[in-house]
Amino acid sequence: MVVAEQKPLEELLEMIRPYERIILVGCKGCVAVCAAGGEREVRFLASAIRTHRGTEGRKIEIREVTLERQCDPEYVEQLRGFASDYQAMLSIACGVGVQFLAERYKQIPVFPGVNTTFVGGAEKQGVWGERCQCCGDCVLHLTGGICPITRCSKSLLNGPCGGSSNGKCEVDPSIPCGWQLILDRLKELGQMERYLELIPPKDWSKSRDGGPRKVQREDLMR
Amino acid sequence: MNDYKSQSRLERVLKAGYFAVTGECGPPRGADPEAIRKKGELLIGCVDAVNVTDCQTAVVRMSSLASCLILKEMGFDPILQMVTRDRNRIAIQSDVLGAAALGINNILCLTGDHQKAGDHPQAKNVFDLDSIQMVQAIKRMRDEGRFINGEELTVRPRLFIGAAENPFADPFEIRHLRLAKKVAAGADFIQTQCIFNVKRFREWMKRVVDLGLHEKVYILAGITPLKSVGMARYMKTQVPGMDVPDELIERLKGVPKEKQGEEGIKIAIEIIQEIREIEGVHGVHIMAIEWEEKVKEIVEGAGLLPRPQI
Repeated sequence: MVVAEQKPLEELLEMIRPYERIILVGCKGCVAVCAAGGEREVRFLASAIRTHRGTEGRKIEIREVTLERQCDPEYVEQLRGFASDYQAMLSIACGVGVQFLAERYKQIPVFPGVNTTFVGGAEKQGVWGERCQCCGDCVLHLTGGICPITRCSKSLLNGPCGGSSNGKCEVDPSIPCGWQLILDRLKELGQMERYLELIPPKDWSKSRDGGPRKVQREDLMR
Repeated sequence: MNDYKSQSRLERVLKAGYFAVTGECGPPRGADPEAIRKKGELLIGCVDAVNVTDCQTAVVRMSSLASCLILKEMGFDPILQMVTRDRNRIAIQSDVLGAAALGINNILCLTGDHQKAGDHPQAKNVFDLDSIQMVQAIKRMRDEGRFINGEELTVRPRLFIGAAENPFADPFEIRHLRLAKKVAAGADFIQTQCIFNVKRFREWMKRVVDLGLHEKVYILAGITPLKSVGMARYMKTQVPGMDVPDELIERLKGVPKEKQGEEGIKIAIEIIQEIREIEGVHGVHIMAIEWEEKVKEIVEGAGLLPRPQI
């Protein structure tokens, strides 16, 4: 899933300072799962904003909406009936949701309520970790199912650098060395010989370096 | 290993069978060429070639290539260190051509320390290639006259290609295999991380020799003199992948503060003498960090002077 974190309240209050009628738009997708921008967070955030405005003696009308998915025009369309009644939108979906709102409702400013951080999963209750950098050219079959692009701080493809110490990364001792994880896994799989293969330079044109990427499925296009 | 791949003096010294000595020069944090010359002066006659670091520890310094050229003008055979942290494949290949055109004969291919611990932790890193891919790319440019993309280049860069290895980083069981990968990629020489734990270095070298790698690549053992107990402790606890045994720290602690530097030099000389006896070691790489004035004493103390006139 896409993992996000809510921005500090002060930053959000500053963004919406000039407005008195806003729509706070959540999303029931990834950001609901990682507890950053779902229905519950819409409710809590709206209440926090109202309380703060109350202490300032400035009223604010907040319409609370949580869309099925903000990254889908079909659901974004559901705001059409009342969007123009408001001065601004605060989206707590990922960066995709914010942009889909901005693309659809051109006359209304849209503000991001979360920082979109990474593609990852829940490591345990309340802890999410990054697993994929969406490089567009997956090499997990070569590296025991552990991503060197994401898990190695230098995205090395041919083994651990000289800073791997006791299974930890030189960047921070709280980060496991990605290559230690890969080698441990290859060993368990009985595939240590894979380590001797020289992996050639990666084709980064499939990553973000080629501009915004597109997936086109002719079989699904109408 | 008989025909020369470059104009490198280091290559000639090694191929003639001498026990090689290389030194290191860290460029200044400013545009002062005199700082390089001063460090160079201290190394004259002590080393066969001198490494010039490339923004080591991810701290901005004068460029390695510019500093190499200053040292070359002084008569040195510089070893250009180049990290993949700050350059993509276009910049690396371009700098390789430029270095060769300026008469630089040696290049040491490194991944580079992560910027997190440097002076610009907000920087965006590159790491388009890793050090092994960089070795492979330069070898291909030199031996096949082709860029990474397969296209032909005009005049081939004649470089003696080096790589580093850290026998003290983890996991230990693949450290010799990592060296094997660097050799397979085309490294001509290897300079190791600073050795304080000779026992562990010996174990690593045994694995290297068992794979026959010492016959395919020249291995220069890294030596760093410890100035004080404080430096020893710092190296042990703050520098990832550095192995400073407690006995060494105790030994330094056992002498008065003003004598610790002297003891550090003694230790460095002893380590050189010990590793000289290890099969497969072809020389030493002395990294006297901001202590270049002691290199002569170390090289002389280890019985490695005078250096061969090649």
